[in-house]
Amino acid sequence: MQSTARLDAIFAALADPTRRAILARLASGQAAVNELAKPFDMSQPAISKHLKVLERAGLISGGRDRQRRPRKLEPKPLAAATKWLERYRRLWEGNYQRLDILLEELKEKK
Amino acid sequence: MSTLKVTMPSDREIAMTREFDAPRQLVWDAHTKAELVRKWLLGPPGWSMPVCKIDLRVGGGFRYEWRKESDGTTMAMGGTYKEITPIERIVSTEKFDDPWYEGEAVGTLVLREQGGKTILSTTVLYASKTVRDSVLKAGMTTGVEQSYDRLESEVLA
Repeated sequence: MQSTARLDAIFAALADPTRRAILARLASGQAAVNELAKPFDMSQPAISKHLKVLERAGLISGGRDRQRRPRKLEPKPLAAATKWLERYRRLWEGNYQRLDILLEELKEKK
Repeated sequence: MSTLKVTMPSDREIAMTREFDAPRQLVWDAHTKAELVRKWLLGPPGWSMPVCKIDLRVGGGFRYEWRKESDGTTMAMGGTYKEITPIERIVSTEKFDDPWYEGEAVGTLVLREQGGKTILSTTVLYASKTVRDSVLKAGMTTGVEQSYDRLESEVLA
């Protein structure tokens, strides 16, 4: 997959709260579909759909078509997406730290 | 120090929340008075804001232009105010000049005061998920292609 398309797939996969929760679960160790379905009160097919999205984005591996094969987290693409967000956050944090200083000046003037 | 929270509430939005140790009126002023905005809304180090025009009324517009001092690169955005509730809330359209940026985004700024501090929330709703992701990847700034490439080589290598 082209890397920009890949990043789009990662962001799309991360946009959903259930999928983020699945990733959080897998961060503590691999798990099979039925184990993943349990805490979400969702059918296995519904969970499988989410897993497919995560797999296509390269965020997890192990799936294929066999239900019982455990899924595991692929940390590298997730780190890539987090890095985007972190960079964006840092940029705005830079703006807001300048704003903090400006607000201090404005408070003193009052 | 207060930390900035960035979230993606839907696949077309970027939202941020942060607390400021100042009364709401001052945070409002810093967002609505051109001579104050240009002191802090600068993006990465090395950028300045030679043009900052704000016509704060519903139907009025704003225009921001930035310049990177080292090589003269510029970038700019503008928009129109749709809703203004003094010291509390602003809804405006916004659009970068860059051609990759299709459609207009809608930005909402909300300020709440709590015990002398101000909690700021901003949400920007983009025309499409593609634009949202481009903004996120570009980190709001210039040289979109360039930062795209650099990021790809950094992270996806």
